[in-house]
Amino acid sequence: MTVLPYLVAGWIFLVGVYGLVTSRNLIHAVGCLAVAQSSTYVLLLAVGYRRGGTAPVFSDVPPDRRVVDPVVQALALTDIVVGATVTALLLALVVQLRKRHGTVDPDALSDLKG
Amino acid sequence: MDTAGLLPLVIAVPLLGAAVLVAGGRRLPRIVTDALGCAFAAAPAALALLVLARVAGGGAGPYAVEWVGGWHLAGGEGVGIVLVADPLGAGLAALVSVLVVAVLAYSWHYFEEPPRRHGGAFTALILLFQAGMCGFALTGDLFNAFVFFELMGVVAYALTGYRVEESRPLHGALSFGIVNSLGGYCMLLGITLLYARTGELGLAQIGRALDGRAPDGLVLAAFVLVATGLLVKAAAVPFHFWLPDAHAVAPTPVCMLLSGVMVELGVYGVARVYWTVFSGPGGVPHPDLTRALLVIGTLTALLGALMCWRQRHIKRLLAFSTVAHTGLFLTGVAVLSPEGVSGTALYVLGHAGVKAALFGCVGVLLDRYASVDEHELYGRAGELPVTGVLFTVGGLALSGLPPFGTGLGKALAEEAAGQAAGWLPALFVLVSAVTGGAVLRVALRVFAGAGRPPRAAEDGPETTGEAEPETGGRLRRVPVPMLAVPAALLAGALSVGVLPGVAATAERAGRLFTDARGYRAAVLDGRPVAAPAAVAQHWPTTGILLGLLSTALAAALAALAVWRPARTGATALTAPVRRLQSGHIGDYVAWLVVGMALLTALTATGLR
Amino acid sequence: MSPRGRLGLFLAGAAVVAALFTVACLGLPPFGGAHHPYGDRAVRAAVRHHTSNAIASVNFDQRALDTLGEETILFSAVLGAVVLLRQTADERRHTPAPAAVRPPIRRFGLLMLPVALAVGLYVVAHGQLSPGGGFQGGVVVATALHLLYIAADYRALERVRPLRPYEIGEAVGEAAYVITGLAAVLAGSAFLANVLPYGTFATLSSGGTVPLLNAAVGMEVACGVVVLLAQFLDQAVQIEGADGGGSDDDGPRGPGRRERA
Repeated sequence: MTVLPYLVAGWIFLVGVYGLVTSRNLIHAVGCLAVAQSSTYVLLLAVGYRRGGTAPVFSDVPPDRRVVDPVVQALALTDIVVGATVTALLLALVVQLRKRHGTVDPDALSDLKG
Repeated sequence: MDTAGLLPLVIAVPLLGAAVLVAGGRRLPRIVTDALGCAFAAAPAALALLVLARVAGGGAGPYAVEWVGGWHLAGGEGVGIVLVADPLGAGLAALVSVLVVAVLAYSWHYFEEPPRRHGGAFTALILLFQAGMCGFALTGDLFNAFVFFELMGVVAYALTGYRVEESRPLHGALSFGIVNSLGGYCMLLGITLLYARTGELGLAQIGRALDGRAPDGLVLAAFVLVATGLLVKAAAVPFHFWLPDAHAVAPTPVCMLLSGVMVELGVYGVARVYWTVFSGPGGVPHPDLTRALLVIGTLTALLGALMCWRQRHIKRLLAFSTVAHTGLFLTGVAVLSPEGVSGTALYVLGHAGVKAALFGCVGVLLDRYASVDEHELYGRAGELPVTGVLFTVGGLALSGLPPFGTGLGKALAEEAAGQAAGWLPALFVLVSAVTGGAVLRVALRVFAGAGRPPRAAEDGPETTGEAEPETGGRLRRVPVPMLAVPAALLAGALSVGVLPGVAATAERAGRLFTDARGYRAAVLDGRPVAAPAAVAQHWPTTGILLGLLSTALAAALAALAVWRPARTGATALTAPVRRLQSGHIGDYVAWLVVGMALLTALTATGLR
Repeated sequence: MSPRGRLGLFLAGAAVVAALFTVACLGLPPFGGAHHPYGDRAVRAAVRHHTSNAIASVNFDQRALDTLGEETILFSAVLGAVVLLRQTADERRHTPAPAAVRPPIRRFGLLMLPVALAVGLYVVAHGQLSPGGGFQGGVVVATALHLLYIAADYRALERVRPLRPYEIGEAVGEAAYVITGLAAVLAGSAFLANVLPYGTFATLSSGGTVPLLNAAVGMEVACGVVVLLAQFLDQAVQIEGADGGGSDDDGPRGPGRRERA
């Protein structure tokens, strides 16, 4: 199955979004967002994989050694930082919301409507 | 220094300013941090205007191309990131920077900055926001665009939730953050698909590589995913739900930026990515894109106008008017003509000034009366004649009154749209009239105390508008900057429509923007592209008449609403639509997925 | 919308998206294939600039602007967290009581602290040579300091972590990246160009500006994560609301099915 790793990424994304849609707890929802995001790591790394390739670090292997794509790894690093910071910021909002509202249940947030 | 070398500075200077303010803000008195913030925002504004003058004025050619880090292409291939300024991109960067300066001037001294031991934090965040938006406008690399997209997002979530003492801002910021981040991840999935197919990340490089073969499901999926991310930022239906919730609760200066430029950058992103990547034979066929954007744009415009009319929370009303106008911008882009792009560019320019001025006026109300509720404020603001006049002029300009820039942009965009479908000008007139009318209705009630006191609707969800002032306490006297800045912004919107040079530049910017081959040649082959000759732009006669018509309709609607309020039966019809705006994050995410499906269905016929 | 309606809406949309994504995957190059044009060019460019970690070369040299944006995102998020998690007017700050820590945990924590610190600094310094770099090493350094919280208590952590220097350090790290980029402009090259000598391949001084930018990022990340965690820890340990900090019974909660039918 040469498409399986790609399909796994799509599956992870939809699972994360499903969690967001059905979430009953905002902390859980932020976690689900991180799950949905991890699909991008999987897809990036799957796209950059090369059969028989090693890590693209040439301290101890010759520069002509077959390596996996370094670009997607750099992009994944950026992506991880983005994900971590967004998660931190959203959790900060949830912490304050919990203090003001006394709840982290999205069903109970009813002051912005219509 | 050559023009291209200035582009990274437009991004770097505000970043440096933010670092200085974070490091030294605590030690410095407020007036110094304010002045530093203005200086670090004004310098890139001057640079962006200089770049705009150079690329728009011919001479060195219409494209400034800068390979960051000096990683130039060799044999058409490279590893670096490119920044590209054409007149439209440079113009947007200039608009962003000028508006940031206006916003910092508006919040000068009076805006309360709560973290006591972190002076300058608010200003630093605004500078970071500026850097993100300018970077997004100037980048020629798809992944780099994602990075700046996320930077804009992260700063905007923090700024939206700035007033942590109340629960509404936190709720709005959370919806904003979750929906926009999810959109960003969709965009990244799309970028990854394009990278897998073409092995490129630059817009021009991907576009050229795609054109080597016929489009297939992968190209379509990549387009849908990337467009989803950008349309979420643009707040197009059904991705729009976050916007009213966030705009209603963000501090006034932040609203000016969110509504004035950030949302419009989403539209810009869709148009830029389409023209540079997907407009060729290997991309998404033109009729499919036109159909998709026309459907989404029309829905956005109509729903935004309807919801705008039904609001009593004035900031929320303005937010829905932004949704409605974004729909019109998408429609102007959808027809895929240079005239559509240049008309939309002028419309965005005028709208930015008008909408920021309107938010500025509402900020005065908020800080004086601790309310932005049309019903509560009924007849109370008669003591603020200057604010009232500015607000009314803003409402008239929003409805497309000539000779405001909004009027000219609307006239040119609706003319271009009318060539694609005869009924589109009617949409422009209707939406301008309803949104402008809603603002005028507020002006009549709040500033003139006209008609009878309004009654609350009893048939559906409603958000009322009590809120805390942002100035540390209720204002007794309105500070000069809080009136001077809206006045200057309205004057700017007027000058967009009056100065012939602006329209001529926009006309050329539109032709360059839609010339995918010229863009690729300038970026990839380093070939100087001949600047098209400037064509003088005139106010089209039908456009003037339609602008007067929509203004008259707006005034009539406002008068009807105030003196002949509708029966409750009529308002009950809109309740189901209003119930969709439920404030529930799960709902918004579900609608995002539906939007992706809709986008797929609308563009899938191009698949062979 | 009712939960059922919401789920139905999602499932309908997700079916189309899943079909679209599946079609897209079938059009992707086979998994593990040899076609990576950008990757091959990036490896060649990394070797040309004597940076043996090709990923570091992409991050800090070839696509250094992305990393500036990335660093700025972290910088913004930390500043945002400082603003959002501030102590509001109606909240009080109390001093946490000293906590008793079991001796094995204390010994382990105090032993690991210098080790973790050294590992973090090593990872930052060797970013151009081996897997790691400013982001990874910076996080390890910040984590090392927080071993004090586990090994001793919050007050011990606060003694080694006066926040102000860390906030300044974070801003200096951010500014250092920008200034390194601007220095290249002053040297007559492009913004963020690698203008320093590339050094000897696979040695500590190789890679030109890559180690400098790595150090800037490492400083920014280490300080930024300390400040970020401090905001959350303050909320958990020190700050309590006027009404006792939002206890469970001061607002609407529970399985609130509050939708209109």
